Amino acid sequence: MGADAHHHKETFITKYIFSQDHKMISKQYLITGLIMGIVGIAMSLLFRLQLAWPEQPFGIFESTLGKWAPDGVMDPNVYLALVTIHGTIMVFFVLTAGLSGTFSNLLIPLQIGARDMASGFLNMVSYWLFFLSSVVMLASLFVEAGPAAAGWTIYPPLSALPQAQPGSGLGMTLWLVSMAIFIASSLLGSLNYIVTVINLRTKGMSMTRLPLTIWAFFVTAIIGVVSFPVLLSAALLLIMDRSFGTSFFLSDIFIQGEVLHYQGGSPVLFEHLFWFLGHPEVYIVLLPALGITSEVLATNARKPIFGYRAMVASILAIAFLSTIVWGHHMFISGMNPFLGSVFTFTTLLIAIPSAVKAFNYITTLWKGNLQLNPAMLFSIGLVSTFITGGLTGIILGDSTLDINVHDTYFVVAHFHLVMGISALYGLFAGVYHWFPKMFGRMLNKRLGYIHFWITAVCAYGVFFPMHFIGMAGLPRRYYTNTAFPYFDDLADINVVITIFALIAGAAQIVFLYNFIHSMFYGKPTVQNPWKSNTLEWTAPIKHFHGNWEGDIPEVHRWAYDYSKPGHKEDYVPQHIPLKKGEKELQH
Amino acid sequence: MTTLLMITILVSVSIAVWQITKIFQVAQLNKKVDDSQVANEKDNDWNGKLMFAFLVFIYLITIYSFWEWGDVLLPEAASEHGVDYDRLMWISMALIFFVQIVTQALLHYFSYKYRGRKGLKALFYADNDRLEFIWTIIPVIVLAGLILYGLYAWSNIMNFEEDEDALVVELYAQQFNWKARYAGADNVLGDANVRFLQDYDGLNLVGIDSSDPNGLDDVVVQELHLPVGRKVIFKMRSQDVLHSAYMPHFRAQMNCVPGMITEFAFTPTITTEEMRQNPDMVAKVQKINKIRYDNSQELIANGEEALDSYQFDYLLLCNKICGASHYNMQMKIIVEEEKDFNSWMSQQTTFAEVIQ
Repeated sequence: MGADAHHHKETFITKYIFSQDHKMISKQYLITGLIMGIVGIAMSLLFRLQLAWPEQPFGIFESTLGKWAPDGVMDPNVYLALVTIHGTIMVFFVLTAGLSGTFSNLLIPLQIGARDMASGFLNMVSYWLFFLSSVVMLASLFVEAGPAAAGWTIYPPLSALPQAQPGSGLGMTLWLVSMAIFIASSLLGSLNYIVTVINLRTKGMSMTRLPLTIWAFFVTAIIGVVSFPVLLSAALLLIMDRSFGTSFFLSDIFIQGEVLHYQGGSPVLFEHLFWFLGHPEVYIVLLPALGITSEVLATNARKPIFGYRAMVASILAIAFLSTIVWGHHMFISGMNPFLGSVFTFTTLLIAIPSAVKAFNYITTLWKGNLQLNPAMLFSIGLVSTFITGGLTGIILGDSTLDINVHDTYFVVAHFHLVMGISALYGLFAGVYHWFPKMFGRMLNKRLGYIHFWITAVCAYGVFFPMHFIGMAGLPRRYYTNTAFPYFDDLADINVVITIFALIAGAAQIVFLYNFIHSMFYGKPTVQNPWKSNTLEWTAPIKHFHGNWEGDIPEVHRWAYDYSKPGHKEDYVPQHIPLKKGEKELQH
Repeated sequence: MTTLLMITILVSVSIAVWQITKIFQVAQLNKKVDDSQVANEKDNDWNGKLMFAFLVFIYLITIYSFWEWGDVLLPEAASEHGVDYDRLMWISMALIFFVQIVTQALLHYFSYKYRGRKGLKALFYADNDRLEFIWTIIPVIVLAGLILYGLYAWSNIMNFEEDEDALVVELYAQQFNWKARYAGADNVLGDANVRFLQDYDGLNLVGIDSSDPNGLDDVVVQELHLPVGRKVIFKMRSQDVLHSAYMPHFRAQMNCVPGMITEFAFTPTITTEEMRQNPDMVAKVQKINKIRYDNSQELIANGEEALDSYQFDYLLLCNKICGASHYNMQMKIIVEEEKDFNSWMSQQTTFAEVIQ
């Protein structure tokens, strides 16, 4: 299909709303993701206030929570709702759809040299399903009894019984509906990414010449297709239990003075189904961020990514292992201890490819000529938090050690650093790096530096102390710790954490300002601002459906010929043919 | 109504996005070449130096945290397996800190050392099979050791034998409190099910089946007493939602699942009295009481009641989100000498006495 085939007449609606152009869809994903991110982060600041100064009245609670904060004091049910929706929004709406949706859409066609996704129509449907699920999730915040409040893992019976908590009524129904739509969106997107990468690579773009971003997006999509349907089945069975009286997850329940009819189900079954997605989900969030980091680090270090083959192998190893480790969330769920042993074994194995990736990133920096752009800082920051957060996984993945830190703040610290902050850094790195490609303008670098440094300091300030309160035995999801005098000496640590969180939140306003301001008034970009090798920088700055005027460039080398001896410039784009006698690296 | 409002807002946001894009296209027309927003040598220099400063920051926050808060970490283990647990924990911690210190140093030092300079070319260095083999095989060996040690400890903790001497106790969870049931003289818990909860006008607190003779001598209490030095086998039940019985001082935790019985066992080794005399614990309690005293002064100034002073007790907490009062679902645990335990037990009423 030539460029002309895509140059049909575009109306306002087909170009900006129901667009089938992957670049427009990518922008739609990014902006929806950012809006959801604002909601998710704002929620975390609200409950951090409650944790630092428990049961104190705050004007902000009265104005944002209304009847759920009588006299400005947050209600325990709302605390749980905020924690639940914060988790749901950040994991699924921001770091899955916002991150993967944005950059898979933008980069897959542009970096493999395709005119668009394999199916532009499915791609459009995928975005609008995501949009719909976002609307349903946000709408659930406004129902009478409040949104879902059973934790983002929505374990039944708490999530199944409206008698158990107010959030398990209509709020939970909307949560389940929203997630069902979200999963449909994610599956359509993922299938499209897989088919596109397999079928639409330009001439010369062999799998071993793919940039690591594409490898990461490709494998992420495969994990998504394998695991998301299982969550859908869990959600459907839960809907059955809630609305049609089945007993998949429920048995022997007495609540509010009444014996319920449920017999023979098991909540542990739900936990298995949930984590069969839930754990791969960690890598669905993380792998795209690592892919972006590989690209940004190599480009800005002006060096080839170290160990390309090992990087691909570790992505594949992580993807495979990620589907057989879910049980480490369930060591003390009551499942057979022998299963716990098996999951300990597989879980700790994942540390090996992860360690390889971290070492390779560090070696990529060694003897580089580092261009410390904001995107580069976020990528280095990602490696730092990935290591800090990943290392504590060795403790949590060990069934024995998990016994005492399970569901404490130690876990909160671990997963926020290794997947929350790391993936967020990946998202920021991607935005700073590809903003010129998306909007034709540059983000302001000075604001970018301010954004990074404040965020970097605060991320450690927030999550490092959490390891301590976790090892002291403080459970997560407690509305206040004042019911236990034993934890009184942790109160000042919670204040420190909240202050850092508030500053970090403020720093994100700098980013938002930079983002919106630069869309209008940013410096117009040059063709290839970061002097990068990948194909997207050969496409014209001005977007049009079809990506390249004329023929799609042909690929003659891998994506990482930075500072290659024998070339004048310190980069050789992929579409430049090999010189006479020049050897391509065996990789 | 609110849903409609939300939809309207989101639609207007999408329209705003479209307009923004439109404006951007108009603005595209008068573009000029400008690389002022790409990092230059000066940016590389100061950001590289900040990277080094950031390494110092990570070290400092680590040292500060241990200095200031180190005393809250893992209180002394009060169970037999807790000592093994702690050993494995500190070995893993030492390893983690070693790797953390070295890798963060390399990462940030390289970011500082190799900050970009004009006219410099990076080293073209794409691969080294030997290096990669080394840093694959080292984690393999280290992790193999950790896995073996971990699995050994795990199977010791989880595969306990139901020997005669062990005390059998049921932990019973409900929104939002705990109950404990002792098996009585026969040391066998009677059958129980939520269907029996409404028998005997609600006096059957944990739903014991009164037709099972084993249940008649069972004792249901709201405070958990354990004899020191004797293995306790816990059988956990829940009547409504998931709960988790978390006893941090004993390094013990197990979920309570409606519809099934879960198990955990440990041997308490330190009585409550002994723990209260423990110098670390004395210091901790003093610190807590100082905080409570200061807070009380504030409360009194506001005309509210002062806080009680605190005395150490072992805790059973709920550690699985279970609803509004999850944060206050607790039970006191008292570990005492066997004879004290026996005399306490003899004062309790059995199920047979309750339903008479």
